[in-house]
Amino acid sequence: MDFVIALLGATLRIFTPILLAALGETLIERAGILNLGIEGTMLLSAFSGFVVAQLSGSLWLGLSAALLTGILLCVFMGLLSVTLGLNQHVAGLGITLLASGLALFSFRILYGGSSTPPSLERSFAQLALFKGTALEPIFSQYGITYIALLLVPILGWLLMHTSFGLRLRSVGENPEAADIAGLNVYWVRYQALIVGGALMGLAGAYLSLAQLGAFTHGMVNGRGWVAIAIVIFGNWQPSKVFYGALLFGFLQALQLRLQAQGIPLPYEALLALPYIITIIILALAGRNASYPAALLKAYRREGA
Amino acid sequence: MPIPFLSIKNLSKRFGSLSANEAISLELYPAEVLALLGENGAGKTTLTKMLYGIYQPDEGELILAGSPVRFRSPADAIRHGIGFVSQHFSLVPSFTVAENVVLGREGSALLNKKVLNDKVRQTAEHFGLALDPTSLIRDLSVGEQQRVEILKSLYRNCQLLILDEPTAVLTPQDVDKLFETLRNLQNQGLSVIIITHKLEEAIAISQRVAVLRLGKLVGVEQTQNTNAKALAKLMVGRDSVPVTRNEQHHQEKTTVLAAKGLTVKDKRGLTTLDNVTLELHAGEVLGIAGVAGNGQTELVDILTGMLKPEKGQVLLAGKTLDLGNTRAFEVAGVGRIPEDRLKGVIADLSVAENLTLEHIPQFSKTGHLNAKAIRQEAENLITTFQIKAKPNDKTRTLSGGNIQKIILARTLSKNPSAVIAAQPTRGLDIGATNFVHEQLLAQKERGAGVLLLSEDLDEVLRLSDRILVIYGGKIVGEFMAAEAELETLGLLMAGSKDVAA
Ligand SMILES: Nc1ncnc2c1ncn2[C@@H]1O[C@H](COP(=O)(O)OP(=O)(O)OP(=O)(O)O)[C@@H](O)[C@H]1O
Ligand SMILES: [Mg+2]
Repeated sequence: MDFVIALLGATLRIFTPILLAALGETLIERAGILNLGIEGTMLLSAFSGFVVAQLSGSLWLGLSAALLTGILLCVFMGLLSVTLGLNQHVAGLGITLLASGLALFSFRILYGGSSTPPSLERSFAQLALFKGTALEPIFSQYGITYIALLLVPILGWLLMHTSFGLRLRSVGENPEAADIAGLNVYWVRYQALIVGGALMGLAGAYLSLAQLGAFTHGMVNGRGWVAIAIVIFGNWQPSKVFYGALLFGFLQALQLRLQAQGIPLPYEALLALPYIITIIILALAGRNASYPAALLKAYRREGA
Repeated sequence: MPIPFLSIKNLSKRFGSLSANEAISLELYPAEVLALLGENGAGKTTLTKMLYGIYQPDEGELILAGSPVRFRSPADAIRHGIGFVSQHFSLVPSFTVAENVVLGREGSALLNKKVLNDKVRQTAEHFGLALDPTSLIRDLSVGEQQRVEILKSLYRNCQLLILDEPTAVLTPQDVDKLFETLRNLQNQGLSVIIITHKLEEAIAISQRVAVLRLGKLVGVEQTQNTNAKALAKLMVGRDSVPVTRNEQHHQEKTTVLAAKGLTVKDKRGLTTLDNVTLELHAGEVLGIAGVAGNGQTELVDILTGMLKPEKGQVLLAGKTLDLGNTRAFEVAGVGRIPEDRLKGVIADLSVAENLTLEHIPQFSKTGHLNAKAIRQEAENLITTFQIKAKPNDKTRTLSGGNIQKIILARTLSKNPSAVIAAQPTRGLDIGATNFVHEQLLAQKERGAGVLLLSEDLDEVLRLSDRILVIYGGKIVGEFMAAEAELETLGLLMAGSKDVAA
């Protein structure tokens, strides 16, 4: 029983940043933009949040900086892929390279080559729910985790039941129709990027300001790419993306436990396990993937 | 004289060196229907796109209710009461009717689906448009989708509604319905601009007719003072002669293409093609008459190798073809003129590339393309088929008629033994239509079998030697064209069973 409780607690810790990033990516992709800048955006957000928190001594300022970084990088993505109409793959990978490089370079400049990574004196505290019950160890999480959980139904509702969501989906499905209907396609896409960027920034902040209270080079470690896969297999729906992230988090937590318990399997196999199983299950669950019809397509009004 | 709703003053638009619209001046009055005529590439679409803020004019101005306006985007045009239904629909297929209609005009941040559905339903009823706000666009017929497009503009309170070739994709029944709607709108004080290639339609619906030729406005007439012949002359700048069919029939009946027991079920398990058997003879045009959606698309797709039926076979000159294998059909000698022109070409490739696309092996040695030979061949075909384009033009920028000519040139230059022509003249002007007809008849003279599918009964009657009627996925009648009666055909096409075929 303790094993299970601990496992579930760890699941939520692992799944939070992936869920946030995947939700952000979902919004952006529903508007027709594949943002491969996600990995670098998370890293630079984690870094800027950490630096600002450390220099100012305020976690809240750090959090704001992380959000702002996420937003700015996604707006930059918009500049390249929406306004200038560049290839989205190239623009996104470029942003990941640029943002990661910038994070590592600045880190070197600020902290030199110190072997022990600098850490915050104080990081975000955990918030325990269901105090005194058996569930307490599961729900002793950082505030951001609860926010992420709340965001799942909120974003689902936003997409399907608000005019913002309708417009966002329309530019991802048929931007020409949206244009003819009198919408500003670029502006709607930028709005999606701004909200999505904030979520990616929050994912970065979770890593450096809550979970670790420090910054290291490899702290994002492919979570952005995992998020992108989860969005695809989650059929671009916040609820399914939630299940996908939860599944991955669970398998990852399980794998770590098994490693710790010294299971007689090569640890490489254990490492690969969550990825393989998640992909298999999600592929089976979401086989009739209905991707946004205008994904990857820059919109240009013809003959203009 | 009433005050014009919109005055167009000296409007010009150039694409590179091409003058698509040249100093066009025209007045539009409230409660009037103006028909805009012109051959393919005359500049009709260009003009209307400027009125809706999609294109920016290079010169000239628009005056709305007395004051000059500039439309930098469709949003601007909508704000000033302009509505536009484009040649190719712009709807979101995965959205409902209501969602498409209210998009950008939701009225509040929260979508109350019930309220919006009711509002859309009310607007639809007010203008007499039969639509269910909750159905998905992708489940609707072409006629219904067009009604959604019109409703979209009306929901935005347009005062001027522009329709670019709305009847090209409609069945005769739907055209009647559309015209009823337009008269209704006119009675409510709206102005309408309608583009069409069918002169009878223009005469039936409009009060005035404006004719464009090569980008210039060559005439504006009161409809009651003109007639189809005069308008046709104005459009092409000379008298036009329709093609005449060579009446002598080939006596010997060699079957080039045979289909046996073709049966297709759609995704929902409904039978769309039910045990269809037919034989196409050498040297004949076999017409298939039928209202859209009665299995023609499936039939064409099977006969060109794009669709594999549940049951049945297709034989060319007695040899069974590998069903669902486009390449095999093509190699065997089946020529395809597809229904959807834009799917028949790759819009972003050049004219030369599209012309030679299907005979790549002929132009390549060891995988390397011979650019000179391709250009040579393209130039030949451009001359033979009178395509108004240069080999290096992007196909996307060509007018509908010229795109169709590219497809004809590519297909017919290979001398196929069977030609499958689906709606070959949809959206084409008189000149281009005649050209296509001539080419199809030339194929027949050459000894090929031509299968002609068309919703235009006149066309079927004019070209065919033999006619099959398709209804509900079945062949319900066969006639020799010379003996076919329009009324009988019409009844069979509508599914009437009281006709002795
Ligand atoms: N975006 C564009 N870029 C370059 N040339 C264009 C563009 N749009 C139209 N043209 C050219 O302008 C001319 C007028 O085209 P337009 O589409 O207005 O003709 P149309 O009268 O609507 O013809 P159709 O009856 O075939 O629809 C054609 O020669 C066409 O090739
Ligand atoms: Mg046109």
